[in-house]
Amino acid sequence: MAPVFDYAPAPESRSVVDIAPSYGLFIDGEFTEAAGGKVFKTVSPSSEEVLAEVAEASEEDVDRAVRAARKAFEKWSALPGSERAKYLFRIARIIQERSRELAVLETLDNGKPIRETRDADLPLVAAHFFYYAGWADKLEHAGYGATPKPLGVAGQVIPWNFPLLMLAWKIAPALATGNTVVLKPAETTPLSALFFADICRQAGLPKGVVNIVTGDGRAGAALVAHPDVNKVAFTGSTAVGKEIARTVAGTRKKLTLELGGKGANIVFDDAPIDQAVEGIVNGIFFNQGQVCCAGSRLLVQESIHDELLDSLKRRLSTLRLGDPLDKNTDIGAINSAEQLARITALAEQGEAEGAERWSPACELPENGYWFAPTLFTNVTQAHTIARDEIFGPVLSVLTFRTPDEAVAKANNTPYGLSAGIWTEKGSRILAVAGKLRAGVIWSNTFNKFDPTSPFGGYKESGFGREGGRHGLEAYLDV
Amino acid sequence: MPTTAPHALSDVTASDSTLRRFLHGLPGVDAVGLEARAASLGTRSIKTTAKAFAIDLAISMVDLTTLEGADTPGKVRALGAKAVRPDPTDRSAPPTAAVCVYPDMVATAKEAVAGSTVKVASVATAFPAGRAPISVKLADVREAVAAGADEIDMVIDRGAFLAGNYMKVYDEITAVKEACGTDARLKVIFETGELSTYDNIRRASWLGMLAGADFIKTSTGKVAVNATPANTLLMLEAVRDFRAQTGIQVGVKPAGGIRTSKDAIKFLVLVNETAGEDWLDNHWFRFGASSLLNDLLLQRQKLATGRYSGPDYVTVD
Repeated sequence: MAPVFDYAPAPESRSVVDIAPSYGLFIDGEFTEAAGGKVFKTVSPSSEEVLAEVAEASEEDVDRAVRAARKAFEKWSALPGSERAKYLFRIARIIQERSRELAVLETLDNGKPIRETRDADLPLVAAHFFYYAGWADKLEHAGYGATPKPLGVAGQVIPWNFPLLMLAWKIAPALATGNTVVLKPAETTPLSALFFADICRQAGLPKGVVNIVTGDGRAGAALVAHPDVNKVAFTGSTAVGKEIARTVAGTRKKLTLELGGKGANIVFDDAPIDQAVEGIVNGIFFNQGQVCCAGSRLLVQESIHDELLDSLKRRLSTLRLGDPLDKNTDIGAINSAEQLARITALAEQGEAEGAERWSPACELPENGYWFAPTLFTNVTQAHTIARDEIFGPVLSVLTFRTPDEAVAKANNTPYGLSAGIWTEKGSRILAVAGKLRAGVIWSNTFNKFDPTSPFGGYKESGFGREGGRHGLEAYLDV
Repeated sequence: MPTTAPHALSDVTASDSTLRRFLHGLPGVDAVGLEARAASLGTRSIKTTAKAFAIDLAISMVDLTTLEGADTPGKVRALGAKAVRPDPTDRSAPPTAAVCVYPDMVATAKEAVAGSTVKVASVATAFPAGRAPISVKLADVREAVAAGADEIDMVIDRGAFLAGNYMKVYDEITAVKEACGTDARLKVIFETGELSTYDNIRRASWLGMLAGADFIKTSTGKVAVNATPANTLLMLEAVRDFRAQTGIQVGVKPAGGIRTSKDAIKFLVLVNETAGEDWLDNHWFRFGASSLLNDLLLQRQKLATGRYSGPDYVTVD
């Protein structure tokens, strides 16, 4: 009977967000031009349309921002926790009120689907501020002494994959504990941080408590190296993380790093298969795989390999790639041409090294940066695509025979950020989880986040924890 | 005596123990993950042309149902007329798939839908409890078929299922299937609200299909929990996997609690993205519902005219 059930376009309206042609730096409560007057453009990765011009901070601007934060620190840190909490609660509520606008903005600037910004990023951003607002007047009960003290000025550098959420992970605990901040958003996704600056003003946050400096790696380096910064928090690549560790070494700055990963998603033969397939998809294709804790290595028990792969391929064929603002889009654009080139090169290397490449039939839009969901079978530990972080929608499928082999392979990586365990057997979950060296281990789910749960890595995935009570420690003098 | 043709899984039902081992060897269901997937598909945004397509498809899939002690010939005739011509103001609205009545109303229903494509489905086997001797259940089925029922909606013996007596349930379904003869299609109702766990619903689905069900159906509509997106998703996975293994396609019918167009469209999305487009046809997917039809018609009028009419612009039945 039926012609196919084609979903008509269902675009979220762009009119809910008003993007100005240009933005300055947010220093001491005011938007100002960069000292050298330099600007850079931010584009929408799905169309390559220029969204706005943004000021490029020089070393001088970073210094100005740090001085503003230092000046604000004295009063901010002296406020009773209950007063700081009021500001954070206010910010959280404004984020909720403006969540549709912010979701559209984030989708435009980052390229990720509106379904994700609307249903994942924004609710988590608000939840993070609510959560740490609740801690602000209870710090003496957090287990860090009777009168835990803030560190001072926090210099924070965040990535482009979850721009506003990473901002929330950094700023909410810093402010709750009485620190002031200078934050540098990623070069390709500066807009939501600048909108956040506006929210700080709307909330009446005292001047200088939050400062936003936009720019590329040089601005980030200047911030990290600034002598009057007491705390450095970085989320991003392991290479840059090592660079920062070297810069900070020998100073009195406190450092937390949240870096790359090569998460193993382990599927045992007694797993709930249909839900495991969903978890695998969510693990590697959520946010186009541009997730540090992505489940980029699928370790599947050899006895169910073929069956699972059939199900997985069938499921991938239903993924909808295209306009990120369409409410039915599952897979959006890759964030930048540079990232697309890296993913493309690593996928080609996978093929060159003999792994078998597969993608569902899927048409890529002409403009913008796109990469089809891809999986590689016949991958071994020796393949580059099983070792290097790809940070894209590319899944490497490996097999194992026994739980011990699964654990050995899962741990055989320089990283240690995330892992997943799929089995209906509770005792196996506990036994395997105890042996995995990863900061976050999900069982029968993947990529689930909550502000109450600490997040962070082992080994080259970094150190320090964000979220939960543990997340306070990074911003307290303990 | 099974009347179904042999297939890849025929050996499974050789004995009580092989059947039990097979059903307990099916992959488990993670409830949180299943419900999350159903909820996520529920966020699909079906607009304009897609919505119009979905509404007409949903209307054509309705088993328009009246299963009340107070059913009369007049009530059943009204229902039949509505099934044939759901929107008297707009002949382009498709007829529903079937009307669904008690066995003693089958003859009346047949007359009411005569000359149309609308089928008559009859509940049977001591619906809704299913607590009657097998001889009574089979007589119930035979009378309905003799009166002209095109489809039989049977209930399984939940007591036997929950007691682990899978072979008894299997034997009853095959006996009912035989009583249906070659013409009447058999829908097997699990009463998922009473089976309670998703693992049970998956086992019941495979049990029903192994026994020759033409359709697997969630509920009677007479208990607290009826069709939900999650249990329907689970059953769609079962029919998809059963066809992959045996080549036999089985239909799915969620019933009870689906009242709005919005809900119905969510179920169609589940079908589309789980079992696939082969099931997007009223031969393979049905809605057991009564009040749903009027909401579908109101939404259809809204799409056609751009404004909402109101409850007086669709018929009460």
